[in-house]
Amino acid sequence: MENKKFTISVYSENNIGLLNRISAIFLKRHINIESLTVSESEIENVSRFIIVVRITESSVKKLVGQIEKQIEVIKAFYHTNEETIYRESALFKIASDLLFDERQIQNIIKESNSEIVTVARDFFVISKSGRRSEILDVYNKLKPYGIKQFVRSGRISVSKDEMAISKILKDY
Amino acid sequence: MSTKITGAEAVIKCLLEEGADLVYGYPGGAIMPIYDELYKYQDKLQHVLTRHEQGATHSAQGFARATGKVGVAMATSGPGATNLITGIADAQIDSTPMVCITGQVATHLLGSDAFQETDIVGISTPVTKWNFQITDAAEIPAIMAKAFYIARSGRPGPVLIDITKDAQLAELDYKYKKCTSIRSYRPIPLIDSSKVEQAAEVINNAKKPMIVFGQGIILGEAEAELKAFVEKSGIPAAWTILGLSAMPTNHPLNVGMVGMHGNYGPNVLTNECDVLIALGMRFDDRVTGNLATYAKQAKIIHFEIDPAEVDKNVMTDVAVLGNVKDTLAQILPLINKNSHESWHNEFKKKHELEFEKVINDDLNPQKEGLTMAEVLEQINIASNDDAVIVSDVGQHQMFACRYAKFTQTKSNITSGGLGTMGFALPAAIGAKMGVPNREVVAIIGDGGYQMTIQELGTIFQTKVPVKIVVLNNDYLGMVRQWQQLFFDKRYASTEMINPDFVAIAKGYHIDAKRVSKREDLASAVQEMMDSKDAYFLEVCVEKEHNVFPMIPTGASVSDMRLS
Ligand SMILES: Cc1ncc(C[n+]2csc(CCOP(=O)(O)OP(=O)(O)O)c2C)c(N)n1
Repeated sequence: MENKKFTISVYSENNIGLLNRISAIFLKRHINIESLTVSESEIENVSRFIIVVRITESSVKKLVGQIEKQIEVIKAFYHTNEETIYRESALFKIASDLLFDERQIQNIIKESNSEIVTVARDFFVISKSGRRSEILDVYNKLKPYGIKQFVRSGRISVSKDEMAISKILKDY
Repeated sequence: MSTKITGAEAVIKCLLEEGADLVYGYPGGAIMPIYDELYKYQDKLQHVLTRHEQGATHSAQGFARATGKVGVAMATSGPGATNLITGIADAQIDSTPMVCITGQVATHLLGSDAFQETDIVGISTPVTKWNFQITDAAEIPAIMAKAFYIARSGRPGPVLIDITKDAQLAELDYKYKKCTSIRSYRPIPLIDSSKVEQAAEVINNAKKPMIVFGQGIILGEAEAELKAFVEKSGIPAAWTILGLSAMPTNHPLNVGMVGMHGNYGPNVLTNECDVLIALGMRFDDRVTGNLATYAKQAKIIHFEIDPAEVDKNVMTDVAVLGNVKDTLAQILPLINKNSHESWHNEFKKKHELEFEKVINDDLNPQKEGLTMAEVLEQINIASNDDAVIVSDVGQHQMFACRYAKFTQTKSNITSGGLGTMGFALPAAIGAKMGVPNREVVAIIGDGGYQMTIQELGTIFQTKVPVKIVVLNNDYLGMVRQWQQLFFDKRYASTEMINPDFVAIAKGYHIDAKRVSKREDLASAVQEMMDSKDAYFLEVCVEKEHNVFPMIPTGASVSDMRLS
């Protein structure tokens, strides 16, 4: 079976230590996490983990089974890229003079639908969210001008199918 | 009504609420408030001072395995806590219900590398079913209730609760409420009756079905349901090492042990059956051998409580989720009565072959040296097949599991999944305290014995009348066997120069004897069994005897070697 990119969504109680427990499941199986995002979910006191991995479907199935086994985990799912809407966010910090001296930079910002977050005396910050390839594209275009800092977030995603967590919680 | 008490006292009260009146442990600075309360509660709660925290966990495990109740172990922070880890890992992989309580440095010191501080919650995370650090005394009752509920429900396992010293000393309004559910936790999956029906149909159409049952039967207390299912369906039933004793050894449909050193018939015929019914077992690699060639011809039906076990190692055709006690009860009326006579004959033929090539030599050796199997046979005789056998890890363990006979469930206690040397002596202490009316015999190798030999001190102090049999071959026998078979007889660091074990036992004021001659064996075993007190028997056995049959690692169950 070939490796594919999967987005794992974990709905859980918001408890100390759970991140450790979940990451230990990946560690034990020697699976590298490509990105990990934890935030609140649409349900009060329920957290949502979004974990991106590149593994086989049979491994992701087992992995999700092990994650679901954790006491505080309400439900875990896995999806392929086609089954989700997903994005990442990036910030680029660039020297301010470039904004005025290099007209091309303004074109890059416009064409890529990036946003200027702030302009200070020495630097300005651009934010771009979208797919990894779109962010990479902006990165490659800006690189020749010099990027002072770059950071990209983990993936966030929602599934096209319903996950029905509220119903699961009611049924427990 | 609520009353103000300290966190430490609350811990004791919670234990009593959960019916835990026996704990194993070892004190130290960060858990002293709880020990101080133990002093006050000593007439209600017995604390057994083991000689090492590892001993405390194994004793708690032995207690849990013999009784089905939750075992409890306690330790101080830092080194006390880390010493629990081996037993916790063992309990996790063998699904043993256990609650461990550790003291922790005061909350304001957390993360400061304080004296005897260690991140035991982090360390124990991968080997616990659940763990939690309490820094606020008010949390103690609810968390303790949760701990016991999680440890014993569904697929059982170990839970660790770490309590900071200030939380032990602070006062709280004590009120106890048992935990019966947790929002995010479903211990037992709902039964899907259509799966039960599908399974029944496959079973009814099978020509050569076989059952492999595991510890799920014992943990789910499904022994009666298993017996009814086996007897009605007439299907030959084999067991994993942890399933042993769930069905009496002499039951006519009991066809022996599967796995690396199991019986020839059930292993080889795994690759000839048309339906394999797995009951509360998890297809451990020691059971399946090479997965690529394991039961490929068979339809697989898996009765299992833990959904994560389904399709983990072996792909199933029908997965029946639920407690095996309930699912077996549901399937029973749907099963046709059958006897599968000619199929049974296949097992008989294979057994005859194994008897001739292996068992006969083990039980009736022509050589001078004593075999481990003969010793087990004498214990069977002297105990009427009714002892609880607690075995350590190595050759003697395989001989114990192959040759010990059982009439009652929960009688075979061994470290299966982790294979922890040093398990048996402390586990036997716990088992005997759990079932004081039964004879408890520990079978240990000279290697494993010395890993927890200090627990003789616990035996001496508590006067717990366990019987200890060390099968001494002056080698780390199982490793030596592998060296002989797969490493050209290069016996690197497996020979043991042993001390005078009898003198050591006597040093702990335990009656002791050594035998090395066949003519003395029966009477020595009898004398041990007749003793009302703890007793140590060293049996000097054949040094280079091997355990057969054997499925070498990576080989197929069909390629089991008889010699
Ligand atoms: C704690 C631990 N360390 C190492 C091992 C590896 N090991 C498995 S069996 C064995 C030899 C056991 O020797 P002994 O206790 O003398 O029993 P015998 O095999 O001779 O019956 C060893 C070292 C283990 N299972 N557990």
